[in-house]
Amino acid sequence: MSNRYIPHTDEDIRRMLDKIGVGSVDELYSDVPEEVLFRGEYDLPEGMSETELREYFTNLGKKNEQLTVFAGHGAYDHYSPSVIPHLLERSEFYTAYTPYQPEISQGTLQYIFEYQSMISELTGMESSNASMYDGATAAAESMFMMVASARKKNRVLVSSTLLESVRKVIATYMKFHGVELTELPEKEGETDFTAMAEELAKGDVAGVMVPSVNRYGIIENLEGVAEKVHGAKASLAIYCDPSALAVLKTPGEWGADIACGDGQTLGMPLQFGGPYLGFIACRKDMLRKMPGRVVGATTDRNGKRCYVLTLQAREQHIRRQKATSNICSNQSLMALYATIYVALMGPQGLRDVNRLSCDGAHYLYDRLIESGKFSKVYDKPFLKEFVVKTDLDTAAMAARLRRNGMMGGVEIAPGVLEFAVTEKRTKEQIDRLITVMLEEEK
Amino acid sequence: MKEYDKLIFEISKPGRKGYQLPADKYGVDGMSAIPAGLMRGEAPELPEVSELDVVRHYTNLSNKNFGVDTGFYPLGSCTMKYNPKINEELASLPAFAGLHPLQDVKSVQGALQLYYELQQALSSLAGLKEFTLNPYAGAHGELTGLMVMRQYHKLRGDDKRTKVIVPDTAHGTNPASAMVAGLEVVEVKSRPNGSIDIEDLKPLLDDTVAGIMMTNPNTLGMFETEIMEIASLVHEAGGLLYYDGANLNPMLGKVRPGDMGFDIMHINLHKTFSTPHGGGGPGSGPVGVSERLVDLLPTPRVVKLDDGSFDVVYNGDESLGSVSTFFGNFGVMMKAYAYILSLGRDNIKNVGPMATLNANYIKESLRDLYKLPVEGPCKHEFVFDGLADKSTGVTTLNVAKRLLDFGFHAPTIYFPLLFHESLMIEPTETESLETLDEFIDVMRKVAIEARENPELVKEAPVTTAISHPDETGAAKNPILSYKAMKA
Repeated sequence: MSNRYIPHTDEDIRRMLDKIGVGSVDELYSDVPEEVLFRGEYDLPEGMSETELREYFTNLGKKNEQLTVFAGHGAYDHYSPSVIPHLLERSEFYTAYTPYQPEISQGTLQYIFEYQSMISELTGMESSNASMYDGATAAAESMFMMVASARKKNRVLVSSTLLESVRKVIATYMKFHGVELTELPEKEGETDFTAMAEELAKGDVAGVMVPSVNRYGIIENLEGVAEKVHGAKASLAIYCDPSALAVLKTPGEWGADIACGDGQTLGMPLQFGGPYLGFIACRKDMLRKMPGRVVGATTDRNGKRCYVLTLQAREQHIRRQKATSNICSNQSLMALYATIYVALMGPQGLRDVNRLSCDGAHYLYDRLIESGKFSKVYDKPFLKEFVVKTDLDTAAMAARLRRNGMMGGVEIAPGVLEFAVTEKRTKEQIDRLITVMLEEEK
Repeated sequence: MKEYDKLIFEISKPGRKGYQLPADKYGVDGMSAIPAGLMRGEAPELPEVSELDVVRHYTNLSNKNFGVDTGFYPLGSCTMKYNPKINEELASLPAFAGLHPLQDVKSVQGALQLYYELQQALSSLAGLKEFTLNPYAGAHGELTGLMVMRQYHKLRGDDKRTKVIVPDTAHGTNPASAMVAGLEVVEVKSRPNGSIDIEDLKPLLDDTVAGIMMTNPNTLGMFETEIMEIASLVHEAGGLLYYDGANLNPMLGKVRPGDMGFDIMHINLHKTFSTPHGGGGPGSGPVGVSERLVDLLPTPRVVKLDDGSFDVVYNGDESLGSVSTFFGNFGVMMKAYAYILSLGRDNIKNVGPMATLNANYIKESLRDLYKLPVEGPCKHEFVFDGLADKSTGVTTLNVAKRLLDFGFHAPTIYFPLLFHESLMIEPTETESLETLDEFIDVMRKVAIEARENPELVKEAPVTTAISHPDETGAAKNPILSYKAMKA
């Protein structure tokens, strides 16, 4: 019976059965109807030793290609300091449960408090929760917050310049929850705010969501948007990249009520799409509509500063079907990832990350336009991601890049490529990318 | 060890750095092209610390935490089993960690194969046709599963089915997930032993019922012996059965949810399949369905083609839509699959029985001192209704806090709501007889203390870093950031 994860010896089992007063382990299942007892074999291989397992995974890994990434579209190849995985491997962090027992969870509770402080600072909002699953689900839950804050309004607007992957999740959540969703059209690569004003004028809008940096990499000008939205007694949520907010105007500065997005840009590995980190931060008056865990500072009976899960009256384990959300877990360990990343980088480091990414992106953009084979789609400001169009054979180009160990831009429409450059890329890599992309045309 | 109580912000010093980036080599000033009106006014107030500062700070914080590696976690309904170390190593292999989710499928065949094989393994373990691995956690799986349920009725044009039946003993996420999915919750009563009262269920089963959510064993750790009758009643009424996989662990090797008539289920990979809880997440909540519901699953889906290669399907006419940005928590899936492969087809059959043996052993060893409200063999967990001797004034909360003084995590307390003093214990199969005996000794000692020196137990904990935090004050005047703390 015993194996490396199950310690029971035959002698242990006998002693335990004696104590319980039954003759066999099967007797403990005597209440299970015979017809549902599983008598077959699972369709699984024989158990593997650690050596065999490592080999199995290594061989699977050989079927993957590790590419130099020039793509973003919701997942970015930023630099990740070596310190982070070392600290995350401290098993007091990763083998802990949700910090329900504050007396023996101050480590988790304090780093979440630090995380909330950092997210608040980056977004310019007063309160952050302890994290969500990912950016898309955080966006969907932000929509619910706005509906819950509005009086008898059940329609939300989302800009079609928000990433499609995020809008798809919002659409699913709204459809099932019974919230009406209207997509705002775009105008020259940005949200069409005239269309927004027209929708707001109908008087039934609870909230509006627009991106800070949009699906084309364009930094949207949100001047006056909050005033229009608030004028219609609706709330404004801005979907944003927390790394970019070290330099870009924050949702707080734009006058938003909610900031949400994905924290993957805070140095997290691409990991084929997850785990990443959703976040929601809001103004104080929306705090009690916020989903998820929240950590607050308090003192213990000896006056010692400490941290606890708080405002739990919003949550599913207390309120059941009247809760603000069904969310139970958070992405605590990824919140720790973000916290350590931000601590290491500091304000200057985050600025440098953005500056280097931005310089690299502009360098690539300029070279592509200069080549004459790519042309502008929009003439709008961008940070680390941009779109260009081309008449070249993009499928052949992508295949050629792959053969040369690179992933080029994401083809978001026929002939329209979106490139992202992070501080991890070098000038040599970019030059090589361009050379390989243009090869066929020589 | 010296007590450490600083926040990272409090060890900050302007000008310190914990990073080093390459010098700019482009000769371009990209940011100068961005209008000032789009830039942030002031730099964020973030810590400025050295690399060693960061390492010491978070190492010190880790010392204030309790985890499975620190000690025993008898936390009911949470399945706090050992988190194998090899899984952590494999999940961080660069050949997977560096993959962009939008890479050409031809360049990620290994990742897709792993993903597909895990889908297949879970299908076999659950007795269901297909799994989606997109959902990020148990509650997210519930939500996704209920969306499948609604989509099923909707596609049949049966729009009036908007109610979901949930037992009054259910996990809080069940009714909350139903609410988010746009379903109306109807509670079905439990009998004193926690099982569903079939007589109470029957009149609820009309043509407005979309389905029922159940966990089996139920939240008292007792097997629902009438499950086959419940299944046929619900199916006859046109509803579907949803299985909350939070209590799946004792069923491994013994019973498959699909064989009990369930149509939809979620699995918490961070419970049954050993992936770490991470202080609250990330988890993973795959959803499995029976054959007639396969096309309703969310996208993207990973499929195997006739030539043996793997592909990603992003759209489907009948699909409920998307619930995740990409494929779900892939890193967590890698750990769960490593665990399944480590145990293999035979050893995995011992998981359920040994978890059940451990729970029954603790129950029988303590039932003279703690009130056992339900007789009979439990499965992976069981519930005491507090101390047997109610005259001492010592509550379940006091007992839970006293356990912390003895180096154990507390059990789940005040859930399920069926009893006033619920104390829910789940040991998992990875704990040895010696660990269980130590825990039993301490539980007995606390029961005796409660009788002989109740004040001592009410004062607990006394040995922990902090004691009796002011939670009411924290909620009344929320201080949620360093800035708010300074203000």
